[in-house]
Amino acid sequence: MKDLSTKDIIKPLKTEKKIKVKPFSKAGLVIRLTLIALAGLTIYGFITFDYKNITFFEALAGSLTNFRVMFTEAHFNHFTFSEALYQVLITLCLALLTTIIGAIISLFLGLFAAQNLSSPLLSNSIKNVIAIIRAVPTVLWVLIFAVSAGLGSVAAVIGMTFHSVGYLVKAYSEAFEELDHGVIEALQAGGANWWQIVWQAVIPSTLTYLVSWTFLRFEINFAAAIAMGAAAGAGGIGFDLFMASNFYLDLREAGVITFFILAVAILLEIIAVRLKKYLKTAQ
Amino acid sequence: MLDNFFLRKRLKLSLLIVLILAITYGAILIAEYDIIKGFTSIPEAFVWGVQNFYPDANAFSRLPNILNKLIETVLISVASASTAAILAFLFAILGSHTTRINGFFASISRLFATLFRNIDVAVWSMILLFSFGQSALTGYFALFFVSFGFLTRAFTETIDEVSNDSVEALRATGASYISTITNAVVPSSAPQLISWLLFMIETNIRSATLVGILTGTGIGFLFDLYYKSLDYHSASLVVIMVVIAILALEALSNFIRRVIL
Repeated sequence: MKDLSTKDIIKPLKTEKKIKVKPFSKAGLVIRLTLIALAGLTIYGFITFDYKNITFFEALAGSLTNFRVMFTEAHFNHFTFSEALYQVLITLCLALLTTIIGAIISLFLGLFAAQNLSSPLLSNSIKNVIAIIRAVPTVLWVLIFAVSAGLGSVAAVIGMTFHSVGYLVKAYSEAFEELDHGVIEALQAGGANWWQIVWQAVIPSTLTYLVSWTFLRFEINFAAAIAMGAAAGAGGIGFDLFMASNFYLDLREAGVITFFILAVAILLEIIAVRLKKYLKTAQ
Repeated sequence: MLDNFFLRKRLKLSLLIVLILAITYGAILIAEYDIIKGFTSIPEAFVWGVQNFYPDANAFSRLPNILNKLIETVLISVASASTAAILAFLFAILGSHTTRINGFFASISRLFATLFRNIDVAVWSMILLFSFGQSALTGYFALFFVSFGFLTRAFTETIDEVSNDSVEALRATGASYISTITNAVVPSSAPQLISWLLFMIETNIRSATLVGILTGTGIGFLFDLYYKSLDYHSASLVVIMVVIAILALEALSNFIRRVIL
């Protein structure tokens, strides 16, 4: 009798069809299709991009040298440390004004856009208008306002406010909609009017969300204010960066300004994290 | 006692309002913001918009050119977000608490993410303009860096949240590091990761307009060109096309999110 080794026993099992562990799912298919589509578009993009005769590796090496010069030899040429600090303050103030004006407008619009606090018609029409406002990039809003208001802080603040409102109304109304329906019903049963419900129940119980969304928007607005300084002449540190890089072609000064922007942005992020922690423990 | 409570509450609220008003007033002074002009400029801009900011026949003759640039901009946004996502995923694996190899790589990953995320896309594009000039690559790299920074943070948090239990289960069975990643981390976090990637593409298309204005490429350049030559009719058509592209993309990614999440 032939010896049966373990190999012979296991072998036939191996040739059998693999057992399908994952059942077919629509989600899996869509994930795969999305990834394939993105990969295809990326490759197609790289083939068709307008490279304008740039030698890739030369430019990349050039960039690396530039980065090294910018960040290791950064120093001031056209203004002093305190002046740069003041310019950063201007940018922060532009962002702050935009955020405060935007938050006040968004609070009211957000209340009327929340489905549980307003009529379906009003809620849907506000949400649709807001979606269109949000789809226009901030810089285009600012430039559109700059035609009638002139380039400067007014056009920048009003233009950035539009996009902020588009963003905050969505965030606020979604926070309001998550409120437990029982709370509103209980207050209605007690005879409270609409404003009393809003001030005594809706806003206090969603305050944590509102504050953290607003601060997040402040961070975004700071970045937007830099960009508007560069692209729409709104003043502040962004304008200085634009002058240093596009006008004086001064890498070292651009490096110093970048350090300033980076420091403020990281500071804001640390404050945001602290604020979120504080709000979480306060509740 | 009760009186005191309400009194204190009212006092706190008034203090907060006074504080916000004071900060606002300070900001108005420093930014040299003209409040009255701010209010009057909105109706003025509206009237101007109705009179001038609509596409006319001449603008529609430029439509092929606009569409061409719009497609290029969308492709740059997709390519930068997708390639950044691959790199960000590797960094997120190294940075996440559940999957990190050691503390050194984790802090490196977080440092990179913070650095790249906090330098705004406008700043990146102005820096890159030095060596890449007015080519599509300037915009691509500017968007790539910001996408990489943002996605690394988002991916790290997602992996932290989603895959803790499944990673622990696979580790207990003695699975290797690589197979833990491919069989636990990827399947459990894939829908969330794709959702973030789609969000990034939406954000990139908005930023791409700004980058285009600063670096002279894509749809932003075209807008700037028409805007500066006072051809507001054509500029308005650019805005309309951008809005349509963004809304269509939002609708598509919301559909994908509904199916996969």
